[in-house]
Amino acid sequence: MNEIRLNKMYGGKSRCQQLRCRIFLAGLLFLVCFFWLAPLQAKEVDYINISSPFLNKIPIAITQFKAFNGHAVEVALGKKAEQILEDGLGFTGYLKVLDPAAFLSSPAQTGIQLGQINFRDWTGIGADLLITGGIEEQENQVTLKLRLFDTLNSKLVVGKIYTGASSQIRRMIHLFCSEVSHKLTGNWGVFNSKISFVSTVNGHKEIFVCEFDGHNPKQITHHQSISLSPNWSFDGRWLAYVSYARGKPDIYIKNLKEKRGAIVNQNGSNISPDWMPGQLNLAAALSFSGNQEIYLLTKKGEVTKRITNSRGVNLSPTFSPDGKKIAFTSSRGGTPQIYIKDLDSGDVKRVTFKGRYNTSPAWSPDGKKIAYVGIEKNKINIFVINLTSVSGMPVQLTMNQQDNEDPSWSPDGSLIAFTSNREGGVSRLFVMTSAGTDQRRLLTLTGKQSQPGWSKSTSFEN
Amino acid sequence: MNRKLWINLMAAMLVAGLFMTVSCAKKTIVSDGTTIEDQAKMEAEAQAKALAEQERIKTQEIEDQMAREQALKEAKILAAQNRFTHQNIHFEFDSALLSSMAKVLIKEKAEWLGSNSGVAVVIQGHCDERGTTDYNIALGERRAIAVRNYLVNLGISGSRLTTVSFGEEKPLDSGTSEAAYRKNRRAQFVIK
Repeated sequence: MNEIRLNKMYGGKSRCQQLRCRIFLAGLLFLVCFFWLAPLQAKEVDYINISSPFLNKIPIAITQFKAFNGHAVEVALGKKAEQILEDGLGFTGYLKVLDPAAFLSSPAQTGIQLGQINFRDWTGIGADLLITGGIEEQENQVTLKLRLFDTLNSKLVVGKIYTGASSQIRRMIHLFCSEVSHKLTGNWGVFNSKISFVSTVNGHKEIFVCEFDGHNPKQITHHQSISLSPNWSFDGRWLAYVSYARGKPDIYIKNLKEKRGAIVNQNGSNISPDWMPGQLNLAAALSFSGNQEIYLLTKKGEVTKRITNSRGVNLSPTFSPDGKKIAFTSSRGGTPQIYIKDLDSGDVKRVTFKGRYNTSPAWSPDGKKIAYVGIEKNKINIFVINLTSVSGMPVQLTMNQQDNEDPSWSPDGSLIAFTSNREGGVSRLFVMTSAGTDQRRLLTLTGKQSQPGWSKSTSFEN
Repeated sequence: MNRKLWINLMAAMLVAGLFMTVSCAKKTIVSDGTTIEDQAKMEAEAQAKALAEQERIKTQEIEDQMAREQALKEAKILAAQNRFTHQNIHFEFDSALLSSMAKVLIKEKAEWLGSNSGVAVVIQGHCDERGTTDYNIALGERRAIAVRNYLVNLGISGSRLTTVSFGEEKPLDSGTSEAAYRKNRRAQFVIK
């Protein structure tokens, strides 16, 4: 079992942070690190263990942004930035954003820097973490100054300056959220990730893409057919999905920017594509042999290797994060169950034993768990099984909330997106923490949504 | 003498009257004779006409009968075809096994395919909405293939039978009752 490490390392210190300077978005956006953090030692990572199933939320205070010039546009943009920051950090599921009504002091007036903060005002209201923000706006150019403090140790944890067009505020705030995430969890988090999904449009099913928090949904396909099962390549540049555009299920491999790709249209059903970690190759289930079997494919759609060979259907491959194993669904034992195949040794082992219907495996980014869908008592729900534990007993993450399926891990493993019809029987996208807490709807869109596929790109440095 | 004269005169008049009557009657008869001749002709004509009409009606009736029989035959063919395309093969949940009822229906399909040898069909496999999208595509395909294999075993050429799975994407009944699910778990025949 994992140890619970949610306690703040009160004695812990951050390692010396180097001065860094980066340019993003072709010079549009500059990220400038401007703080010399006091030489601090020890690990950076141990504030929060996001994979802990007994996660307590860390209370964090986010102050009103200090408007350096004080004009109306600047103040309004500051409010907007503050809201994006609160929403973004609240979305993580491991931070509890405190109500500003409880705040005892106002750094927007008294100063947002280290020497200007009275940490007792913040520890006194139970804020373990504090973020102060400042904004300068001039001729549509915005500079944001953001600092994360550890109030219990009266320490600056991370400080950043971002400069860019005012239309880039959301992006800049999410860059800072990534920094916060990295300092608190050791992982850059979800803020630079995207989610693909299926939505109905005029009775057809099309592939859509939105940002990590459901913002900005965009329709990607216009097949006017049934399109399903979108899956991202590791670099976030390619999508593979299934479409009936030619009358039967075929796999479409598409480079999003360059509008090129390939179609896997072998005889039979070509379904459930899953990109390999770190490579532009895929696994998918094809049935040209007369039986649904899993194969490896290139991004051009060429079959390179057969992975399964069994009675019963084999489908829904999901790679382990190191790319050395594939978990999949197979009905070789009479009922659909999850199996793992070691690609080097060829060994196959069964993972699920409880229940008569377990499908849709999704391998966690840390490689230790598999989320999947199981039917019990006529209800379909999401379970997670720990591969490292001896007992191998699954934990049920959703229950008594209608049908829940299609689990997809966030790139940092802290969240799981899924489909649920809990709101009025209509299929919609939801998200929860990997422990099953904080279940909420991801986005509001007309039609029915399903099959979220979270992108793997997790660092904002790519 | 006077009285005798009267009697004679009366007799003479009677005779004259008789003559006149006779001559009159004779004339009428002659005239009647020609009418009778015409009537006979007309009657013959009418009879012929009636006969022809009868013939026509008879032919018409036969034609009608034939048309009716043809329509009936066509209706029967259509009904058989409708039955072929609308009578679905049903399955248990998460199963592609053919029940005895399913086998009876498939034999009926085989008969139809046997007497419609020019027809090629697509066997679609479908599932109810329970279970996952991908698995249901695989399951639907197994259902379609199970039906196809049974038909091939009954002597229908495999080249006339293609399969496609729609998984849970095309339910006949969008309800969530067991009755709706049962309806949706099916193999369905579509004539190419």
